[in-house]
Amino acid sequence: MAETLIADQHAHDAAHAHQFDDVEQQRDAATMGMWVFLATEVLFFGGLFASYIIYRTLYPAAFAVASQTQDIVLGTTNTAVLIISSFAVAVAVYGAQTGRRRTTIWALALAIALGVVFLVIKFYEYYQKYVDHHVPGPSFEFPAPYTEPAKMYFTLYFLMTGLHAIHMIVGCGLLAVMIIMARRGDFTREYHSPIENSGLYWHFVDIIWIFLYPLFYLIGRHLE
Amino acid sequence: MGAVTTKTEEVQENYLNAEYGWKSWLFTTDHKRIGLLYLVSITLFFFLGGLFALLIRLDLLTPPGDMMSSEAYNKMFSMHGIIMVFFFLIPSIPAVLGNFVIPMMIGARDVAFPRLNLLSWYLFNIGGLCMLYAVVNGGVDTGWTFYPPYSSNFSNTNVAMAVTAIFIAGFSSIVTGLNFIITIHTMRAPGMTWFRLPLFIWSLYATSLIQVLGTPILAISLALVAAERLLHLGVFDPAYGGDPVLFQHIFWFYSHPAVYIMVLPSMGVVSELIPTFARKIIYGYKVVAAASVAIAIFSFLVWGHHMFVSGQSIFIGMVFSLLSYAVAIPSAVKVFNWTATLYKSSVSFQTPMLYAFGFIGLFTIGGLTGLFVAALGVNIHVTDTYFIIAHFHYIMVGGAVMGYLGGIHYWWPKISGRMYPEIWGKLAALTIFVGFNLTFFPQFILGYLGMPRRYHAYPPEFEMLNVLSTAGASILGVGYILPLIYLAWSMRYGEKAGPNPWFATGLEWRTPSPPPKKNFLETPVVTWEAYDISGQPDLVERLHNEDRIYKSALQAEERKREELGVETPAEGA
Repeated sequence: MAETLIADQHAHDAAHAHQFDDVEQQRDAATMGMWVFLATEVLFFGGLFASYIIYRTLYPAAFAVASQTQDIVLGTTNTAVLIISSFAVAVAVYGAQTGRRRTTIWALALAIALGVVFLVIKFYEYYQKYVDHHVPGPSFEFPAPYTEPAKMYFTLYFLMTGLHAIHMIVGCGLLAVMIIMARRGDFTREYHSPIENSGLYWHFVDIIWIFLYPLFYLIGRHLE
Repeated sequence: MGAVTTKTEEVQENYLNAEYGWKSWLFTTDHKRIGLLYLVSITLFFFLGGLFALLIRLDLLTPPGDMMSSEAYNKMFSMHGIIMVFFFLIPSIPAVLGNFVIPMMIGARDVAFPRLNLLSWYLFNIGGLCMLYAVVNGGVDTGWTFYPPYSSNFSNTNVAMAVTAIFIAGFSSIVTGLNFIITIHTMRAPGMTWFRLPLFIWSLYATSLIQVLGTPILAISLALVAAERLLHLGVFDPAYGGDPVLFQHIFWFYSHPAVYIMVLPSMGVVSELIPTFARKIIYGYKVVAAASVAIAIFSFLVWGHHMFVSGQSIFIGMVFSLLSYAVAIPSAVKVFNWTATLYKSSVSFQTPMLYAFGFIGLFTIGGLTGLFVAALGVNIHVTDTYFIIAHFHYIMVGGAVMGYLGGIHYWWPKISGRMYPEIWGKLAALTIFVGFNLTFFPQFILGYLGMPRRYHAYPPEFEMLNVLSTAGASILGVGYILPLIYLAWSMRYGEKAGPNPWFATGLEWRTPSPPPKKNFLETPVVTWEAYDISGQPDLVERLHNEDRIYKSALQAEERKREELGVETPAEGA
């Protein structure tokens, strides 16, 4: 949906779309559209976060024990990778706003590269879970008495980080489109809402991870 | 803006004749055409859902339910519910009438994101096709609520496909809501301040808030059911430590507000109809506007009243009961303000107004019985009985569909450029009103006496009331087919409508019927308050003139009758 929003803007770019009175109105609409879209995303993840809270409250011990199996180094690395990528996106937006095209393109490329690093690490973690028989399914193994609630923990882990990973992939695609637009010279000091809004989306996906990281890696670790 | 052609040429060109051919419709980004595309899609689904309703009522004609097996019956009510809720009621007023009139009402050329708007129609139809696939491929039998563990582990029907269909259609609903919010915020014409907006806009704004904030929750809850079915993940499965009631919480967090997605737009339509046909400024404009937003906010706080018997704690039950009562306040405020507007006004009983009256009466019954079921004790007595069925049909059919049909008739001259036949319109409105009450009022009594919902057979002592209800349903069916026929007829043969046949005050009436492609010949500037006819001197003058013509026509008629009165007996003799 976000892509279409951007595409919608793009086709008309600086020469503004017919339904708007002026470019400023168009920019306001695009920015507000993105924020409202992000609100829907918050609620989309919200259902899963609510489920997590319920089951964490029901099975605190099992969730703590299951958290211990996570690789804290990889999780922390990924958090750092995402924060740096968000910084890169912020630089890219700044570059577009101030007319520095090369800065924009290189910063976007860096952000995509970091996004790919994140995904590679994430899928390596998924592979580890597969090796450890921690993927919910027939081959799932976890020591008693926590077998069933731990399965719930890993179900939520895969659903929530999986949904987040899908958003990361969409985000990388979005930033790739922004590189194409930037190379074509679509962005000017006056017109840069596509890249701003893509940036908002990227930061949003980043913030989701900032919540996922403590929920799945950190809480209950000190109980060890 | 930037009019090049002369004014007369522009008046003749309108959004219907600007382009021809199927491509000009399927690839259009014109909000008016998209509204009509939606009209076609949801009308098909309405009659499909109605067909299932008819089959349900036919089966219930006899106590043993001779017509179909219990399995087939389960599929009938499930598909009736799913199609009516997700593929008719939710898109009905927002996607058809909202798309058509919102930009015109606020003086804009289009919605903020016209391509997203078209995308939403495609998403809706892809979802609709998935649903049709589920229907022809053997149906669904979980009820429209998809409660696990039945839906996730036990049902052998097309649950995954139906859930996918709703998931996709849900995104079309989100896109529409998002588009409206941004449009209303950023695209208003000069002088169109927030408190000059027509109340239809206020209620659709509130509706859009629910669509945008609620639908993602529905999407995730249904996605989890699908994941549970297909991947055997056990988020709601007790065997894996899951809790089925959690699904109910997440599901109703959307699906209770969804009831307001259906009824708020109808309230908006009624708020347009009453000032127009009573020739009076609405009583308490700001309060009615605020009530819409209040209903949207309260709607998110009452979901727990669907789980009074699901093992929820008494304390939570009491909190939800109290909050559910609170929704009655803004709803009642609206009803009182509409009736106060009617006080000492000059009402004309044209078809849209009949629907508005129908709405007020039926919504009041539906709303008051809502208070019955919000009370913990009564709720336990009537849970899962026909009392509930009757209650929500009074809101969702008596309220929402009445408002939708009222709006369709009201804006029909704007949409088609033609008037519908008034006499047939009135007849259909009365048929629907009578048929509706005959169908659903007996169900209140049935439910109170203890007839449970979702059973295909019942004890013989309930036969009388069930036969009445089925008889009512057939009258209701005729009532719904009538507008389909005469509205289609009027598109070609109806009397030509002027720009403003109702002397209404909204901006959409200050442009030709049908409107030009870009809605207005020039961007309108609003200098009057909502519904204030005195702010539009040209309209006042026209009203006086036409009143004079009307009066002199009446006098001429009377003179003629006097003349005839002398002659007629002579002829007869």
